[in-house]
Amino acid sequence: MMKEQSVWTDKRVEDIMGNLLILGVIIAAALAIFGGVVFLIRHGLEKPDYGVFHGEPSDLRSIEGVISQTLNFRGRGIIQLGLMMLILTPIARVAFSVFAFYKENDRLYVAVNLIVLCFLLFSLFGGIAIK
Amino acid sequence: MNYLELTLILAGSSFIAGLLGALTGLGGGVVIVPLLTLGLGIDLRYAVGASLVAVIATSSGAAAAYVKEGYTNIRIGMFLTIATTIGALVGAYLAGILSTKIIAIIFGVVLIYSAYLSNKSKEEHSDDEEPDPIAVRLRLNCTYPTLSGEKHYNVDNVVAGFGLMGLAGILSGLLGIGSGAVKVLAMDHAMKLPFKVSTTTSNFMIGVTAAASAGVYLMRGYIDPGIAMPVMLGILAGSLVGARLLMVFHPRVLRIVFGVVILVLGMEMIYNGITGRL
Repeated sequence: MMKEQSVWTDKRVEDIMGNLLILGVIIAAALAIFGGVVFLIRHGLEKPDYGVFHGEPSDLRSIEGVISQTLNFRGRGIIQLGLMMLILTPIARVAFSVFAFYKENDRLYVAVNLIVLCFLLFSLFGGIAIK
Repeated sequence: MNYLELTLILAGSSFIAGLLGALTGLGGGVVIVPLLTLGLGIDLRYAVGASLVAVIATSSGAAAAYVKEGYTNIRIGMFLTIATTIGALVGAYLAGILSTKIIAIIFGVVLIYSAYLSNKSKEEHSDDEEPDPIAVRLRLNCTYPTLSGEKHYNVDNVVAGFGLMGLAGILSGLLGIGSGAVKVLAMDHAMKLPFKVSTTTSNFMIGVTAAASAGVYLMRGYIDPGIAMPVMLGILAGSLVGARLLMVFHPRVLRIVFGVVILVLGMEMIYNGITGRL
C-alpha cells in the first residue's frame, strides 16, 4: 500500500507563500475600504488637521484598542485593523517559512527564519518599548 | 479641505505615485512622502507611516507573482532579511529621536541617489568567478530560469552585501521607503546576482523589512487611518496597473522624466529641511 506523503519542495513552498501574501493583502484592503466608507459617511465633511503632529489616540495604536474600536463599529478602528492585518502578512509569511524549512529538513534556514521572526514579533509587541 | 476631499486627493495622487513607481522600478514610497509633506503640508511622521504601510501592500502584492515565477532566491532573501530587519528597527528608533529636519535632508539625499541609479544602465555579470565560501556554506548559490533553460549563478561578497542591507533597512525604517536603490546596490554590485534575481529578491525582502518598522510606527501612533487608508489603496492599485503596463512596453523616456522629478523633489526636501519648513 502506498503511503500518502506530502512533499515540501521549494516550488510548493513558493506557491503557498504567494497565495498567503495575496490573501493577506485582499483582507487588509477590504477592511480598509469598508472602514474608510464607514468613517467618511460619518465624518467626511469635518476638517482634518494633519499639519501638526499629535500622534494617534491609544485606542488606535494597540491591538486591544483596535479590536474594541472595531467591535464598536468605528470606521477608523476598522481601517486600523486592516492595516494591522497588512503588517501581519509578511510576519505570517516568515512564520510559514520556518515551518516549510523544517519540513525540508533545512535546520540552518529554520534558524535564519526564527531570528527574523523574533525581530518582527519584538517590533509588533515590544515596539512601544523603544519609543 | 474636509476629510472626503483629502481622501480623494490622497487616493488619486497615490495612484499616480504607485503607477510611476512600478513603471520605473523605484516604488511608490519615494514620491508619496515628498508629495504629502511638500505638497499637502502633512507632518513627515504621518507621511512616513502611511508610506510604510503602502510599501508592505505593494511588495506583498508583487512578491506573490514573483515567487511563483521562480526568480526569487528565498535563501538569500531570508538571510539578508536578518540584516534589513535589524536595520529597520534601528531606523524606526532613529525616527523617534531625530528631528524632522534631519530626516528630510537624509530623504533628499536618498532621492537624488535613486534618481542617479534609475538612469544608469544595467550590466549582467559573468559567472566564472570563484564563489564566496560563506555563500557555499549558506547554500546561497542557485539557478534561475532563462530562455536557454536554468542558469546557475554564484554569490559574491556576502559580508559586504549583508552590511549594505543593514543600511537599506535603516533607511527603510527611517524614511518609510522600500529602499530598493540600496538593496540593488548590495545585491547587484556587491553580491553580483543576476539582475532579475536581485530585483525580485529585493522585492521579497521589502515587505518583511517594512513590517518590522511599521509595527513600531503603529505602536507609536505614527500611522493615521485617515491618511494611510487612501495612500495604501491608491499606491496598491497604481502599482498593480503599472506592473501590467510594464509587460506591454518599456518606458525609457518615462524613466528619464521620473528621474528628473525625483531629483527635483530630493533637492526640495533638502532645501525645506535646511530652512526648517518641514
